[in-house]
Amino acid sequence: MRLDAEHLEKRFGTATAVAEVSFTAAPGAVLGLLGPNGAGKSTTVGMLAGLLRPDRGSVRIGGVPLSTGADPTKRRLGLVPQEIALLDDLPARMNLEFFGALYGLAGRALAARVAAVLELTSLKDRARDPPKEFSGGMRRRLNIACALLHEPEILLLDEPTVGVDPQSRNAIFETIEALAAAGRTLIYTTHYMEEVERLCDRVVVIDHGRVLADDTLEGVLARAPAANMLSLDYAVPPDSAALSELSAMPGITRVELAGTRLTVAAADLGSTAPRVLEHLAARGFSCRQLTSRRANLEDAFLALTGRTLRDP
Amino acid sequence: MSSTLTAFRALVRKDLVTFLRDRRALVVSVLTPIVIAAFFGSMFGGDGSDTSVSRIPVAIVDQDGSDLSKAIVADLATETSLDTIPLSEAAARERVRAGKLHAAIVFPQGFGAEAPRALFRGSGKPAIELLYDPSQSFVRPIIEGLLTQHIMQRVTRALFSAGGSIGIVDQALANVKDSATLDAGSRADLVTLLEAVRRYQTRPAAEQPSDRGNGLSLPFTLTNVAISTGPHYNSYAHSFAGMSVQFILFMGIDAGVVLLLMRQQGFWRRLRAAPLSRGVLLGSRVAGTTLIALVILSIVYLVAAIFFRVRIAGSAAGFVGVAVAFALLAATTGLMVAAVGRSVAATRGLSVFAVLILVMLGGAWVPVFVFPAWLQRVSAFVPTRWAVDGLDAMTWRGLAFEAALQPIAIMLGWAALFAMIAVWRFDWEAD
Repeated sequence: MRLDAEHLEKRFGTATAVAEVSFTAAPGAVLGLLGPNGAGKSTTVGMLAGLLRPDRGSVRIGGVPLSTGADPTKRRLGLVPQEIALLDDLPARMNLEFFGALYGLAGRALAARVAAVLELTSLKDRARDPPKEFSGGMRRRLNIACALLHEPEILLLDEPTVGVDPQSRNAIFETIEALAAAGRTLIYTTHYMEEVERLCDRVVVIDHGRVLADDTLEGVLARAPAANMLSLDYAVPPDSAALSELSAMPGITRVELAGTRLTVAAADLGSTAPRVLEHLAARGFSCRQLTSRRANLEDAFLALTGRTLRDP
Repeated sequence: MSSTLTAFRALVRKDLVTFLRDRRALVVSVLTPIVIAAFFGSMFGGDGSDTSVSRIPVAIVDQDGSDLSKAIVADLATETSLDTIPLSEAAARERVRAGKLHAAIVFPQGFGAEAPRALFRGSGKPAIELLYDPSQSFVRPIIEGLLTQHIMQRVTRALFSAGGSIGIVDQALANVKDSATLDAGSRADLVTLLEAVRRYQTRPAAEQPSDRGNGLSLPFTLTNVAISTGPHYNSYAHSFAGMSVQFILFMGIDAGVVLLLMRQQGFWRRLRAAPLSRGVLLGSRVAGTTLIALVILSIVYLVAAIFFRVRIAGSAAGFVGVAVAFALLAATTGLMVAAVGRSVAATRGLSVFAVLILVMLGGAWVPVFVFPAWLQRVSAFVPTRWAVDGLDAMTWRGLAFEAALQPIAIMLGWAALFAMIAVWRFDWEAD
């Protein structure tokens, strides 16, 4: 099932939370909605889930416009909210039965679906226990399971791994990958670039309520200033004259100094690294440590917005 | 339609199960009203089986020591509503001031000689002091009444008995004959009366009736008959009505606060993601809270019936009607709180204050009839007043179904108003 967000705009009073957001999510793929806190991701998800009425634009589910309220199109959607929205005192099974009943499931059909999602999220053994006795990761998995009972064709996951240990995070990733493999459409909002890099086939970068990039992962990474990043640590940071000369060198696309750490973006790591070291050493700046890595979404985001994903 | 019903049932069931599993909520909502109602009920007379009257502690200061004052003091000591303690004036004043005694009666010197004479003259009356604790001023009219009764009885007995009071009558005759204010006719009539009394006093003992010397007595007897459901007024019935109303309202407010919490914690967001109308979401909330209120009311009244002999002496249908109307009122009150409330802490604090005012004005703590007249008129506009009145009417007052109609109609009116405010003010997009 395809989801189309078309020219979405949402204001709260005088503040514009979402100014212009358009993208398409295709079946069998995971679309990552990437942006820092306050970028407008959750407001966008609110409109995608039929919780918020857009001031402009529309959301179409399989070509059918989505509205708020008792819209039957909502049956095609599953929402995993950012918060762990569970009945903490009731057993996991009762939680699942409750959320299934909200979508009209009852009797054997409900029992079968409860069993299926317990299996999928590996919570079968803890079905009788209340979520308040679960670990953070198990609670997150149950939070996801509650959105799967009615077999939604589109799943909206709003920061589903916040506060989760690495092991549980992997379990969640496996669940998401299994759902995508089963042909579901997944929209995954996060500000963790590693998650997008692992899970997403397509990435929509949002900042200040606008789409800055809508491309495949490779396409977005290409927006980074260079394919490689050199990170050098100096006891005495290079002066501005040395940095200016460095910036002017061929093959170097960006030079940035933060404290004693110098970051240099370069297309060709092999030829650039020795030249940078020699240039600065000749001016009396001795490097204490050198590391290099491939450019990532963080670099691409920085290039697109001028700030990092984790900026407040 | 069936899937909507399935969802509605699930939402209501969730509220009920969550409430019943929450031991704290159960204790606060069920046990607390029972305990407090039992306390208040016992204070205001219990179930009516204990007919003993609490005695008012009063000091008696007899500075006169005459036969008359001693006789009056002895009479007061036999009163079942007084606990008399003979003391000196200083000690009596000190103990009243300290709140250890409600009052003290001081008979002055010369009381025995002057009181009978004062019966026929407008001046020179002996002054009895009644010292009382201002925080116990309600005892004053009781003591005044009993004192008047016994003094009149003893003084007139002294006057009409043979012997000792001939001098008083002679003096009264002389006063009447010399009076310049009396006209001739009145003077002649009084002289005739007093001479007749004098003749009566001087008759030989053998000619006097056996009950001579009883003086004046009350010209009636008084029988107290409680008009309610049976031979005994059950004070617990009112207490249980009042405390049920108070704590069910608290539960209603709590349900509203829980809705605010649900919004803060993303749960409401999840409910709204389901294909459910606002009517289903809010209606199920009202239905769930109403059912919880009825569960609480049923348990509280069951305990009241078993352990405190509270009976639905009036219409059972009326009782159910009042209970359902009040449960709806509590549920819509909570919904309104959730609609207009902002932060959980501020909403909870303000709501508790509002509930306490409502139950106080509604007569949940003390019956409305003890309020001043103006406050009674104000309380007619307080919905809780009708809940308490309705429950009272169907329990200890033993009234028919018709008596429940007005409380039911008024409470349903308030519930409809609160529901409309809630729907109007509810911010659907706020999470």
